[in-house]
Amino acid sequence: MEELLTILRDMHPDVDFETQEHLIDDMILDSLDIVSLISEISEEFDVTITAKDIIPANFNSAKALYELIQRLEDEG
Amino acid sequence: MLFTSYSFFGFLALLFLAYYLLPRRMQWPLLLGASCLFYYLAGPVYLLYILTTAATVYLAGLLMGGNLERQSAYLKAHKADLSKEEKRAYKDGQKRIRFRWFLLCLLLNLGILAVVKYANFFIANVNGVLSAFGGGELSFLSLALPLGISFYTFQAVGYLIDVYRGTVPAERNFFRFALFVSFFPQLIQGPISRYGDLSQTLYQEHPFDPKALSRGLQRMLWGYFKKLVIADRILAAVSTITGGPEEYRGAYIFVGMLFYTLELYADFTGGIDITIGVAQALGITVQENFHRPYFSKSLKEYWRRWHVSMCAWFRDYVFYPVSVSPWMRRFTKFSKEHLGEQAGRRLPVYISSFLVWLATGIWHGANWNFIVWGLANYVVLMLSEELEPAYARFHKRFPAAGGSFAYRLFQVGRTFLLVCCLNLFDCYRSLSETFGAILSMFTVPNWHILWDGSLLELGLSGLDYGILAAGTAVLLGVSLLQRRGSVRERIACRPYPVRFAVWYGLFLAVLLMGAYGIGYDASQFIYNQF
Repeated sequence: MEELLTILRDMHPDVDFETQEHLIDDMILDSLDIVSLISEISEEFDVTITAKDIIPANFNSAKALYELIQRLEDEG
Repeated sequence: MLFTSYSFFGFLALLFLAYYLLPRRMQWPLLLGASCLFYYLAGPVYLLYILTTAATVYLAGLLMGGNLERQSAYLKAHKADLSKEEKRAYKDGQKRIRFRWFLLCLLLNLGILAVVKYANFFIANVNGVLSAFGGGELSFLSLALPLGISFYTFQAVGYLIDVYRGTVPAERNFFRFALFVSFFPQLIQGPISRYGDLSQTLYQEHPFDPKALSRGLQRMLWGYFKKLVIADRILAAVSTITGGPEEYRGAYIFVGMLFYTLELYADFTGGIDITIGVAQALGITVQENFHRPYFSKSLKEYWRRWHVSMCAWFRDYVFYPVSVSPWMRRFTKFSKEHLGEQAGRRLPVYISSFLVWLATGIWHGANWNFIVWGLANYVVLMLSEELEPAYARFHKRFPAAGGSFAYRLFQVGRTFLLVCCLNLFDCYRSLSETFGAILSMFTVPNWHILWDGSLLELGLSGLDYGILAAGTAVLLGVSLLQRRGSVRERIACRPYPVRFAVWYGLFLAVLLMGAYGIGYDASQFIYNQF
């Protein structure tokens, strides 16, 4: 989780990712951020996030995103 | 049948009556019949096109959905006897089968769209090249462009992709699916609905709800106000200015672009208000397509608030799949290794965005103007991305200025003027005319036309300008009020005389100030042509 938080904080240092739960709904992360984020995640965690995984429920919080990563790691 | 025609009102009145009088299980079949009739009246041959799209996408969806179900059942039955690798190999094999159905159907439907909408554009360009080399000429095709083909094709393709991805189940009933593709209120100018959203209420049984009916009718009335009082009235001046690129230059272009931007907003959002209002009166929820876009502080924000369903479609079905595709991942890795970390991060986004804006331009029409318009949006958006660090430095240095009302107003004004300028590509039919018009704003010093009475010679009288000014003031006022929630709900809480005055006032305004009668013809909605 800490690695993911580091990636997110590098992207938006002003956001508290541990408490924020509306990253997409509140437009904190836009589509360009998401693509960069996916690229960083796939390097750090060696998982493949596909277009069908890009839904608000998976990206609205660091926790949801971490759960997606764990799910993909389990499937992989 | 135009939304602004008497026959449409008759059609709606009969539909509403039958919808709430017939047994509720007949509601969605009735809507399908009404949608087919609506489309048939637009052109009998169009039915063939939409039927082809509905049938092929339905069939492909059914095949892919069946395959997914068999895959799940097989994996469940062999949960214990298959290794992880065997399960993955089996899933990959099934995915390849689904992909074949998906690709075949996608190519067929995009192929139909490409032929009817873009073949003549392609032929005209080939002829241009041939004539430059002294060659012959290809004949143009005489194909009818089915009403709203871009909208219903994209809606059907969205469903196809969702079923392929397994994010929505395949619809088993062809007639229900045909209604999703052909639902008449949104057939001609969107919004481009998602199956997962629209199907929640489209097939449900809806008891008569006076509140939903009245809210729907109120929303329709507001749409007619925008369309008939503002858009159709200002159309005369826009047509005069853009129809004479040699005569109307300099300050006329500035006036024309402001007028066109107002017309486009009133026309398109008015049409969507009517669409959402009709659906609401039927108890069906259609997604919002606009969130007060002209209050945006940047072009990026504007594209999150204008034509939301189209932008979301391109984002979810083009931008993300391209950006996270295996070959883009390989390209990102290559870029990071050879061009540096920053380039590796940005290039994939820039390439995907380029494809999205090229496709958005092409989607809007078979014309180089639209393609350049799309790419001009792309250039501004990418420049803004590059300038982001500079903006951040400015805000850090001058925190008070950045957060002030004056600065926000400046941002909104700047974005609005930029959008107006980009809209000029939509007004003229050739690039040379468009660039000539934009350039003339800076080179032809005729700003005196703003106050010497020249504006009264554009097809609008003083009374027309008065009505437009009042209509625009109401539009702006309502948009400001909408920031604090639904205006209709707040009106509904007011005493009866206030409600009566508001809605009958609006009705009378449409009746008395709408652009009809001699010299006026309720015009097609601008987005119908897409």
